[in-house]
Amino acid sequence: MTRLQSGDAIPDLVVTPDRHLTIRYAGASGDFNPIHVDEEFARAVGLPGRILHGLWTMAQVARAQTEAAGGPATLRSLSVQFRGLGLPEEELRVTGTVRSVQDGIATVDATAVQGDNEIIRNAVAELDQR
Amino acid sequence: MAERDGPSHGPRRHPLTGTGPAVGYRQGVSVSTVAVGKTFAPTVYAVGREKIREYALAVGETEPLHLDLEAAHRAGFADLVAPPMFAAIYSSPAVGPALFDPDVALDFARMVHAGQEFRWGPLVVAGDEISTGVVVQDIHEQDGKGFYVFTSTSTNQRGEIVCVGTWTTIVREG
Repeated sequence: MTRLQSGDAIPDLVVTPDRHLTIRYAGASGDFNPIHVDEEFARAVGLPGRILHGLWTMAQVARAQTEAAGGPATLRSLSVQFRGLGLPEEELRVTGTVRSVQDGIATVDATAVQGDNEIIRNAVAELDQR
Repeated sequence: MAERDGPSHGPRRHPLTGTGPAVGYRQGVSVSTVAVGKTFAPTVYAVGREKIREYALAVGETEPLHLDLEAAHRAGFADLVAPPMFAAIYSSPAVGPALFDPDVALDFARMVHAGQEFRWGPLVVAGDEISTGVVVQDIHEQDGKGFYVFTSTSTNQRGEIVCVGTWTTIVREG
């Protein structure tokens, strides 16, 4: 595991949620809100179609951190703002930059985007490197 | 205040402004702050090995600690380790009733999950029993929107706080 330094970019995490991802995440999480699993319902309430669960997208931001820092025990905190609507079958990219390192804790600023659409903004993670 | 059965109210003062209960009507969003400080009876979630695996696969985890029992054992864990974001799973049974509480009076048709924070303690492993309590942290109106903030505190069977979650929902103008 490489120690993160201030100014470092963490490796991008790139994932394309497949057509049935929201169904699997609904089962795993218990969140069966029809905006995530029912195409007709989602369109009927004005959405472009079924949308990704925000907490699934946040989990991708978390995974980018733990993969960069060396495992689940490194992630001390993560805060995010949910912005745009995430869609299945479109590439999601998580990027992050180390803002500072103090007393072995790296603070990372991150975002998650699909093309020009910012799904998660102002994400801040604290990674324990001690 | 005497203890009552079921959900109880804490101090009804707004934690930031110190004002008492109020109902504001402005720009089409009415925000009742009567529920600020209200707490809810803790829920207990038993963490299962296959639920961790199912969750880990759904979020695309490749970390062996979440998927491979032998790898978890070799690393000194009693069972599979839950990914940090599994906090969303063990705390949601506690957060749900707070969201639906009639005193909170969230308008679900116009509500969005706007922000989320988790702060983690010791890792959670399969076999743990996680108790989660929720408090209505803050309700306020700003720029014509209603902000509703809930805090969940999750504790394992040894009394260690494994996660504190801050859940922010916004109700937009109608």
